[in-house]
Amino acid sequence: MSCCKQWLILGALSSLAACSNPGQTVTPFMDDNPQNLSDWGMVMAKGRALTLGEDAMPYDLNTPLYTDTAHKLRVVWIPPGKKAKYREERALDFPVGSVIAKTFYYPKDSTGTLLRTLDYSHDFAGEGLNLNTVRLVETRVLIHREKGWVALPYIWNADQSDAVLERTGGAIPIHLKKQDGTGQDFTYVIPNANQCAGCHAPNATTRKIEPIGPAPRHLNKMYAYQDGEENQLDRLIRLGRLDGLTAATAAPQNANWLDEGAPLDKRARAYLDINCGHCHNPHGAADTSAFYLDRPEHQYPAGNTGLCKPPVAAGQGTGGHSFDIVPGDAENSILVYRMASNNPGVMMPELGRSTVDKEGLKLVSDWINAMDGDCTNPQ
Amino acid sequence: MILKNAYVGVAVAALALAGCGDQAKPPAKDTSQNDSYQKILQTQLLDAKPGDVIEIPAGTFAFDRSLSLTVDGVTIRGAGQDKTILSFKGQISGAEGLLVTANDFTIENLAIEDTKGDALKINEGKNITIRGIRTEWTNGPATDNGAYGIYPVQTENVLIEDSIAIGASDSGIYVGQSKNIIMRRNRAEYNVAGLEIENSINADVYDNIATNNTGGILVFNLPNLEQRGEQTRVYNNKVYENNLKNFAHKGAIVSTVPAGTGIIVYANDRVEIFDNEIKNNKTTNIAIASYYSVGEMSKRGVKASFDPYPEGIYIYDNTFEGGGNSPALLELKALKLAMFGLKGNLPDIMWDGYVNAELPAETKRLCVQNGDAKVINVDGPGGYKNPSMDQSPYDCTLPKLPEVKF
Repeated sequence: MSCCKQWLILGALSSLAACSNPGQTVTPFMDDNPQNLSDWGMVMAKGRALTLGEDAMPYDLNTPLYTDTAHKLRVVWIPPGKKAKYREERALDFPVGSVIAKTFYYPKDSTGTLLRTLDYSHDFAGEGLNLNTVRLVETRVLIHREKGWVALPYIWNADQSDAVLERTGGAIPIHLKKQDGTGQDFTYVIPNANQCAGCHAPNATTRKIEPIGPAPRHLNKMYAYQDGEENQLDRLIRLGRLDGLTAATAAPQNANWLDEGAPLDKRARAYLDINCGHCHNPHGAADTSAFYLDRPEHQYPAGNTGLCKPPVAAGQGTGGHSFDIVPGDAENSILVYRMASNNPGVMMPELGRSTVDKEGLKLVSDWINAMDGDCTNPQ
Repeated sequence: MILKNAYVGVAVAALALAGCGDQAKPPAKDTSQNDSYQKILQTQLLDAKPGDVIEIPAGTFAFDRSLSLTVDGVTIRGAGQDKTILSFKGQISGAEGLLVTANDFTIENLAIEDTKGDALKINEGKNITIRGIRTEWTNGPATDNGAYGIYPVQTENVLIEDSIAIGASDSGIYVGQSKNIIMRRNRAEYNVAGLEIENSINADVYDNIATNNTGGILVFNLPNLEQRGEQTRVYNNKVYENNLKNFAHKGAIVSTVPAGTGIIVYANDRVEIFDNEIKNNKTTNIAIASYYSVGEMSKRGVKASFDPYPEGIYIYDNTFEGGGNSPALLELKALKLAMFGLKGNLPDIMWDGYVNAELPAETKRLCVQNGDAKVINVDGPGGYKNPSMDQSPYDCTLPKLPEVKF
């Protein structure tokens, strides 16, 4: 096998230099899909830490997508000398060659039991993760190739040394200890490569895959870097990696859904934006429903807000309720019914969770219950 | 910043990492790692190239997650709708059995059973052929069955033929928000709605059998959507004994369909119903209704631009037998008793009587040229108090609609 001989030689030649460098080089694979996550260099298990590739920037979002309470480490790498372009309402336009890696993991206690918690404070080792306190589950890679973005799911192996490409996804039994000490068992489902596009193609007509999280409104927040705290957009600007924006203050900003000091409407809309808006937008896969939940700043007309809107093709997903949102009555709102369900034929979002987001459900319920009026107003 | 040779150094960098001593060990065995047929088929779907035919042999194959296809020009072919069975009985994830988001797609000769949500969904795509498919919930009709059997939505040029849909808790074969549709030689049984055309333009529905559903064939328009449906021909179908108790969840639009409805048109325009054999549908053989009879026209939830009234409905040369003898709705029961007696029947065609008063007097809402068949205007707007058997409003004709071709 000539390919492998070549590999061995190349490996021998380059390993010395690589090993002498404590950093790890990021490699954007522009054609092939490497079998091992470590090949990318974006995130890599080294000793008892998950370390970041050189020039790979960690980031997080004002309000994240719910994925069975898994914690996430998001990392973006922009090719040297290149810049992302600012787009106000979509993810930044990262140049060809950019790579994003999103690692899903659970915090664990000293016995190795996985925890259901919103507390990230024990997760980190520098800008990477502390493998003594977390268990890695999967890493999803987005690579911007010449013809567009490609999404690749990698599943972490049992000894946490590397993750392996599994384009058909996977299903992993998970046991979590909840904060009240009780347990929760479920099957954590890793989407297949097509299902990645189910969310990451926010325009269902062009079907072009793009990142969702790194849009200005989600990114516009402070992050604790190794060298200090800084607004994520300001940092990109300062490092010369972002064109088209002069300061983060000029960009939109979603609320942090957990920030009880923020207005309820903004928190709920931020939650619905990141959890639903990638399909529930005027061009998304769920435009079939005429129910739009993206971009909190955007006011949709009656008939698209969900308020008193009859469902289109919800089928058994109505749960016996007549409208997407009934103001003042979360319990009779289809939106809430579907968020509270674990039945794959009923639940929303359709993919990406096996458990109910109790905190998210409460937020959206509170939001609906605070609305005025009713649905009896005849036309 | 040092410029790295990122694009050229791929293999080198990859190996450099592997050479560092913390190299990857073989992956652990996991439920996700076994080479089940689920994984084999999903891999084929991921790797498919335009022009590929993916053959699925005879046998029953179990899946616990949705399958999906995004590549244009692919054919999926089984060995027969009773031979190749994709069973989703243990499904834990995914809102459908197979989700297709691609053009030039053909699926034929297989069955999709017991999905938690829809069996086969095609969301946006041109030139879709669905042939010899069976979708079925094998436990029979149940409220918690998946919503739709065969469900193309926002598609164009879609042919559905020789297929069977059984047990859907909403609609067996449902084409939504699409253009140019041919639905022929299918059989829909034990669904809430047998065959349904919703917010679609140019549909020919013929040579189908719809029986034992709550409603046999539905032509609907729903509010708030980008596309308003019109121009559907329903002909040469056999629509009989659609008397199944409605088992849809309330809120689903079909939950308002009274059990025992043969063909029903809601808020759609230019619908031609002819040469069908329609019999023994207990509420009525044909119902023509406005959105007022099914939904709530709230200002907050329904766009003002929505037209809730059916217009240009043309019914002719159908064969009717029985039906209308035991309507499911209380109002209609009372009305039948009062007008036609205990042993009498409601007429073959029922109209809810809602009209758009702003249209000119000569507007042809409903034309009937169907021998002895009669229309009853049940006076929905007046609370069913003043039903009318005056046939003169319907003695008109409409230009015939063209055949759907693509």
